[in-house]
Amino acid sequence: MGTDKLIVALAGQPNCGKSTVFNALTGARQHVANYPGVTVEKMTGWYRYGDVRVTVVDLPGTYSLTSYSPEERVTRDFILHQAPSVVVNTMDASNLKRCLYLTFQLMEMEIPVILNLNMMDMAQNRGMTIDTTALSRSLGVPVVPTAITRGKGKTDLQAAILEIAGQGLSSVPARVDYREMTPYISSVQERVTALTDLGDRYPVRWLAIKLMEGDEAVRELIREKTDQYAQLLLEVDKFRQQFKAAMDTVPDMHVATCRYRAAEGIARPCVTQSERARKTLSDRIDALVCHKLAGPVFMVGVLWTLYYLSIVQGYQITNYTWPLLAGFRNLVSDILPVSGFIDVPLTRAFFLWLVDSVNALLNYIPIFFILFACIAFLEDSGYMPRMAFIMDRLFSRYGLHGQSTLPMVLGGIYVGGCAVPGVMSCKGIPDERSRLATILIIPMLNCLAKVPLYVLLINIYFAPHKGWAMFFISTISMLMVLPVSKLLTLTVLKDKETAPFVMEMPPYHLPTVRGVLGRALERVWLFIRKITTIVVALAVVIFVLLQFPGIGPDRMAQYETRKHAAVRSFYEEITGTGYEADLADNRLMAMIHFWENFRNKKMRVKSPEEAQAIDMEFEAANARFFSLVKPGRDREAKQVNRALKTLIRERSQLLQEMRAERINNSFLGYAGKALVPLTQWAGFNWRVNVALLGAFAAKESAVATLGALYEQGDASESLESRMARGEQDFTPLHALALMMFMVLYPPCLATAIAVKLQSGSVKWMLFAMGYPMLLGLVVASLIFTGGSLLGLSGLQAMAAFYLLALAITIAAGFITPARSGAT
Amino acid sequence: MTIQITLDQLTPGTCCTITGLSAANMLGQRLLDMGIFPGLTLRVIRNAPLEDPMQVEIEGYSISLRHEEARFVEVEADGD
Repeated sequence: MGTDKLIVALAGQPNCGKSTVFNALTGARQHVANYPGVTVEKMTGWYRYGDVRVTVVDLPGTYSLTSYSPEERVTRDFILHQAPSVVVNTMDASNLKRCLYLTFQLMEMEIPVILNLNMMDMAQNRGMTIDTTALSRSLGVPVVPTAITRGKGKTDLQAAILEIAGQGLSSVPARVDYREMTPYISSVQERVTALTDLGDRYPVRWLAIKLMEGDEAVRELIREKTDQYAQLLLEVDKFRQQFKAAMDTVPDMHVATCRYRAAEGIARPCVTQSERARKTLSDRIDALVCHKLAGPVFMVGVLWTLYYLSIVQGYQITNYTWPLLAGFRNLVSDILPVSGFIDVPLTRAFFLWLVDSVNALLNYIPIFFILFACIAFLEDSGYMPRMAFIMDRLFSRYGLHGQSTLPMVLGGIYVGGCAVPGVMSCKGIPDERSRLATILIIPMLNCLAKVPLYVLLINIYFAPHKGWAMFFISTISMLMVLPVSKLLTLTVLKDKETAPFVMEMPPYHLPTVRGVLGRALERVWLFIRKITTIVVALAVVIFVLLQFPGIGPDRMAQYETRKHAAVRSFYEEITGTGYEADLADNRLMAMIHFWENFRNKKMRVKSPEEAQAIDMEFEAANARFFSLVKPGRDREAKQVNRALKTLIRERSQLLQEMRAERINNSFLGYAGKALVPLTQWAGFNWRVNVALLGAFAAKESAVATLGALYEQGDASESLESRMARGEQDFTPLHALALMMFMVLYPPCLATAIAVKLQSGSVKWMLFAMGYPMLLGLVVASLIFTGGSLLGLSGLQAMAAFYLLALAITIAAGFITPARSGAT
Repeated sequence: MTIQITLDQLTPGTCCTITGLSAANMLGQRLLDMGIFPGLTLRVIRNAPLEDPMQVEIEGYSISLRHEEARFVEVEADGD
C-alpha cells in the first residue's frame, strides 16, 4: 500500500462519545476550521497506522440526516461530495436501537460503513449484553466494540478501518424495507436515471428516497445539477401526492417509521437485557439537579463557580501575563525611532497603537482558557441540557432559549463579564432565531470595561446615593436586554429559522482532563488566529481616524515656539554649571529619554534591592546623566536637576495639549462635533461624543479619552475633579443619560468580530453595531430631554426610568410571538 | 369516542403509550429522530422548575421538550 492516504469520516449521534473516539485516534494531531458558510466547526486530525496516513474528519453529531439543521446538512454534504473511504459510525452501545436509525441512513448513502459500538462498559453496567457477531451479520457491515474512555478497542478500530478501506465491504449491507413505498421509490429511481446523469455521481436509491421524503436540499441539488429538473420534480410531486392519498400518511413520517422498525428488527435479537435496570446514577443526580427548588440553587452555584474561576481568577492571572505583553511592547518601543521633544514620529505612534490594540485582546487569553475549559467540562459532563431545561421557560418568553443562560452569565448578567466569551459560547444554541437574538443582546450586558465610566460618573454625580446607583446600573441591563430581545425576535429576526426545543438529556459523564484541556487549547488557538488579524485591520482604520488630519502648520509653529522658549530658558538656567557641554544639542534629548526610562523602571520596583540594581545599571550606562537624575548633595547638579524637572513638566504639558488638539482636529473629533445637533437631546457635548466614539476600540478607553480631553492643570488632580470642573453645567441627569448610553453601547472591536464569527455574516456584525447606537441615543434622549421637561432630578429620573423599563419587560413577556414550524 | 389525550396534559409520574404524532415537517421529524415513535411507552419524569419544559423517559433515555411541542404527541394513558 505504500504511503496511501485515506480519508475517514466519523459520524454519530450527539453524546455517543464520538469526540473521545476522535481524540483517541488522532491524539494531538488536530485542526479546527469552519465549514464554509455555516458556524459549524470542522475538526480534522490524522494518524499513522503501519505505512498509511489516515485523515479523520469528525463530523458534527446528528440524530438523523435530514436537511433541517446545518449540522445535518454539513454531514450529508461531506459524505456526498468528499466521498470518504470509510465512514465510522460511532454509537452509544446502550442506545443501539435509536442509533441504528442513523446507521441505516448512512448505509443508504452507499459508502462503506463501520459500526463502532462505543461505551460498551456503560452498556454492560446497565446489564446489557450485545451479540456483536449477530449484529454484524444481520447488518452486513463490520462491528467494532470499544470502550474508548477505558482505553479499549482503539487498535481494533484502526485495523478495521484499514481493512475496509483497502478491500471494501465483503457482504451486502442490509436495507430498510420501505414497504408500501418501495414501488414508488423504484419509480422515482427509474425517472432520475432516465432524465439525468446524476446516477454517475450520487447513489440513486438514496436520491429517490430523499425525493420521496420531500427533502429540500436534494431538490435544490437537482435544480442545480440538471436541466430536466422541472419535469423531474413535477413527477416526484405527483408520486408523493399519490402515496399520500393511498396511505393517508405523510411520506417522510412513513420513511422514518420504516427505518425505525428496521432498526428495531435488527437490535432486538442482538441485545439481551439481563434485568430491568435499577434507577441509574444519572436519574438520581437529575432528581437533585432538576428539582424544583434545589435545581435552580444548584445552577446558580455552578454558574457562580464558572464566573468566579474564569472572570475573577482569570483576571488575577492577567496580572502575571500582562507584564509579558508589556515587555513585548517595550521591546517594540525600543526598536522604533525615538520621539523628539514634541514630535512623535508617525511610525512610532502607529506601531505602538497597533501593539496596544493587539495586547488589549491577548490580555484576555487566560480568561478565555479557563472559560473554555470550564465550558468543555460542562459540555462533557452533560449538565448543559439541564441548565437549558431549567431556564427555558423564562427565556423563551423573550425570544431567547434555555441555552442562552451560559452566554448571558458570561456576558455579565449582573456586573462584570465579558461579551467576547459570551458571544463565543452562543454556538451551541440550536435555534437560529434565538441564537442570533442572544448574540445581538449580549453586548448590552455589563462587561467589565463599562465599569470605569460608571464608577467615574457615579462618584461625581450620585455620590450620596452610590448604593442605589450601583444597584440601578447592575440590574437595568437585564431590563433592557429582555424587551430588546423580544423586539428583535418580533421584527428583524421574524423570518429566521427556529428549531424545536426537543433535546436529549444524556447520562452524566465524568469528563477527562485531556478532553477538557485539549478542547480549551484548540478553541483559544482558533480565537487568536481568527481575531488578531481582523483586530489589526480595524485598529489601522481607527488610528487613521484619530490621527488625521491632525494639527495644522500654524498651530504646530506655535507649539514649536513654545518648545524653543522652554529649551532656551532651560539653557539659561544651567549656564555656568559644568553640565552645559553634557546637555548641548541632541544630547539634551538623550538626557530626557534617560530620565524617563529611569522613572519608568523605578515605578515598577517592589523591593529596595531592585531599586539599587536599577540605580547601578543606569549609573554604569551614563554616570554624568545619572548624577543629574539623582543629584545627591552636589549643588550644581541640583540646580540642573531642578531646571530639568521644569523642562520635562513643560514638555509633558505640551504633549498633552497637542494630543487633545489632535483628537479635536481628527476625523473622529469632527464627527463628535457634527453629531452634537443629534446628541444634544441626550445632553452629550462634543467631548463626550469623541470619548464615546473612541470607546469603540475598547470601552476602557472612554475614560482615558475623557482624561485626554480634560487637560490637566495639575498632574495630581483626579479625573473626577477635572471633569467636574471642565463640565460645570453637567448635571446628574446628563450623567444618567450618559450611563444609559454606555449600557446600550455598541460592541467593542473584539466583540464585533466575535459576532461576525458566530453569526457568520458581516451584515449581522454591522447590525449589532448600529442598532444599539440608535437605541442608546433614543433612551438617553428620553432620559435627558424627558427628565428636563418634567424637571426631574437625576435620582428621580433614575427611579422613573427603572419602573418604566420594568413595566415594559413584564409586558413584553406576555406578548406571544407568531410561531412557525409546527402545524 | 373519547377525547384524544396529548402528552402535554400528563402529569409527572404518568406512563403512557404513544399513539400518533400530529406534527409534520421539522417538529415531527425531530420527534421521530429523537425516538418518539407510535407504539412506544413513555414516562413523564418531571416538569422543569418553571413548569415548562417537561422531561420524559423513553426506551431508557431521557428527553426534554416543551409542552407546546408535546401537544403534537398523541398518547393513551396506561392504566396501572
